[in-house]
Amino acid sequence: MSNRIVTKRQLTDSIYLMEIEAPRVAKASNPGQFVIVKNDEKGERVPLTVADYDKERGTVTIVFQTVGCSTKKLAMFEENDFIMDFVGPLGQASEFIHEDIEELKNKNIVFIAGGVGAAPVYPQVKWFKEHGLDVDVIVGARNKELIILEDELKSVAKNLYVGTDDGSYGFNGRVTDILKDLVENQGKKYDHAVVIGPMIMMKFMSMLTKELNIPTTVSLNTIMVDGTGMCGACRVTVGDEVKFACVDGPEFDGHLVNFDEAMRRQAMYKTQEGKLLLKLEDGDTHHHGNCGCGGDK
Amino acid sequence: MANKMSRVPVKEQDPKKRATNFDEVCLGYTFEEAVLESSRCLVCKKPRCVEGCPVEINIPKFVEKIKERDIEGAAKEIAKNSSLPAVCGRVCPQESQCEGKCVLGIKGEALSIGKLERFVADWSRENKVNLSDREPKNGKRVAVIGSGPAGLACAGDLAKKGYEVTIFEAMHEPGGVLTYGIPEFRLPKEGVVKPEINNIKELGVEIETNAIIGKTIQIDELMNEEGFDAVFIGSGAGLPKFMGIKGENANGVFSANEFLTRINLMKAYLEGYDTPVRLGKKVAVVGGGNVAMDAARTALRLGAETHIVYRRSEAELPARVEEVHHAKEEGIILDILTNPVEILVDENGDVNGMRCVKMQLGEPDSSGRRRPIEIEGSEFVMDVDTVIMSLGTSPNPMITSNTEGLDVNKRKCIEADEVGLTSKEGVYAGGDAVTGAATVISAMGAGKKAAEAIDEYLKQKSLSEC
Repeated sequence: MSNRIVTKRQLTDSIYLMEIEAPRVAKASNPGQFVIVKNDEKGERVPLTVADYDKERGTVTIVFQTVGCSTKKLAMFEENDFIMDFVGPLGQASEFIHEDIEELKNKNIVFIAGGVGAAPVYPQVKWFKEHGLDVDVIVGARNKELIILEDELKSVAKNLYVGTDDGSYGFNGRVTDILKDLVENQGKKYDHAVVIGPMIMMKFMSMLTKELNIPTTVSLNTIMVDGTGMCGACRVTVGDEVKFACVDGPEFDGHLVNFDEAMRRQAMYKTQEGKLLLKLEDGDTHHHGNCGCGGDK
Repeated sequence: MANKMSRVPVKEQDPKKRATNFDEVCLGYTFEEAVLESSRCLVCKKPRCVEGCPVEINIPKFVEKIKERDIEGAAKEIAKNSSLPAVCGRVCPQESQCEGKCVLGIKGEALSIGKLERFVADWSRENKVNLSDREPKNGKRVAVIGSGPAGLACAGDLAKKGYEVTIFEAMHEPGGVLTYGIPEFRLPKEGVVKPEINNIKELGVEIETNAIIGKTIQIDELMNEEGFDAVFIGSGAGLPKFMGIKGENANGVFSANEFLTRINLMKAYLEGYDTPVRLGKKVAVVGGGNVAMDAARTALRLGAETHIVYRRSEAELPARVEEVHHAKEEGIILDILTNPVEILVDENGDVNGMRCVKMQLGEPDSSGRRRPIEIEGSEFVMDVDTVIMSLGTSPNPMITSNTEGLDVNKRKCIEADEVGLTSKEGVYAGGDAVTGAATVISAMGAGKKAAEAIDEYLKQKSLSEC
């Protein structure tokens, strides 16, 4: 519909928050879902998790890190600019919203976010809070600069544990170290973990929770094109089955996901992504002579 | 005078040249060629060609108009039955439809009906013929889901009958398979598809893109909250099939849908567009339908050595003969009676070969085609670095799984009667969503039929409400 940027906030050097006017998407959104954003006429379709939504205001919030050409271009948009295409909500909502609230009350659930993964964790924890449920949240990042939405998460979590890999803020160590410490040294017991962050973090966290015997849900950030189940670019192996992350997920059982394959597939376009980014940053200097072939595009 | 036995040939781009560009292969008839070809028509009293056309265009009548050099009249005659003549003239399998029934075809070559339809449509676009005649608005609203051939045909017909029509399209561009699937060199997007869709907008049809029914909005919301009196589902069959063989998730294995979407919709082959495509030097396209031909000919144009790998023989290829012919002319290699059993993967997860077996044909199966049987000990490795799976598609369950009271059959296709009525009152469906993957024109035919049924239903309903 309108796709106007209502609010833009820079959360860190490289992480931005945007609240987008999209009444239909807002009305239909649930925690765990995602949207696809296409900046402009020649843009690509980029999946971004729904970081919040306000059904009355008719807005959806996205949080993204500038990791390549498209997210860098998106970060250049200002308030009141229009994003060309904004479609969603896509994917399955978090499994919890279908569960019995009374049964959920008896469960100890922990949400674990890595880096920009704190953004998609927020609406899920908020949903629990709104339904009178308490959950713990662990947030980790490489350094203090990369910790986002700390106040927001604090306002909805029962306990918030923050850590950094370099010890510049909070607990000194990775999110896996924090969880291990909570379970082994502080007597915490968890019945379920939801882990959202970089693929490698979700892999190691799933290995740990398997050891600790905690059922685990992860949210996979695969390559996508249409996001509606039409192409299979996002396919992943879960247990013995091939699944499409855009329609069957993005949330899956972390103990069944083939992370090594998923990470290899995620890196498929590394060279092309790098070239586009260089072009955006340095202008046309990296363009291939006059052959017109566009490199290995 | 035209030779009664053989058709006026149509000019095509030279195979060597066209294999390196995305320009249209077939150049179409000139005015004089079209008039000459039209003079071959016998103007049958009981024209069998019309029976062969799923939307029953009055073929002898529009062909007569060409003969009289009244192309505007011919365009208006076609417009009575079809809203997408420039598309259908190009992509219909005429040999098994209108042209397949033409009596000239018994002793010689059938009238070139598709190329004549295309000529009329292209001429009327270039000469800005106004085809937007419509009845006065009747105040009733119909929602059409999907902007592919079925939805566009249904929407166009309903608009002509005075309905207020909104099409809801999941992608950012309308057109469905016309936009993301069929390549530029068979169906130009800017030159043909967009103007044809604009003609439908000229009739007053609204198109809302980025609206996914079943996710963004539900059918019940459309009917109960947004005031639509009826719904037509033309959501197609866009879910790709994979083989389920080892190595299929390797980097370098794509569904034809993904590959063609990146190229046709996202323009990954053009400088300045952000979507990447990764194509190696040796490509195998697995499958033998029209989509396989499209994917192979696209890969070839991106500079790859391209093979079609098909488990039956050339005679059983489901693709149109014209497409197979074009593909071979351009240098596509056919590896028939060959079936992949494993994709080989290197240490980085990239494709570095495809293990195949040779096949032979046995007895006919239930589809009437001879069943391919593996030849024991015939295993070999094809040296390829990219594999495109083109094994067919099935309907996407996104709408049906989110709509209460909408029945599907065991193939996940929507249950609908002969006019398109589903198990849900006021909800009609047609095209690939009902039949599974079929042709553009049969989808259009279903869209037309449903438009008539919706008109009938809403008229009855207002009578009973009086």
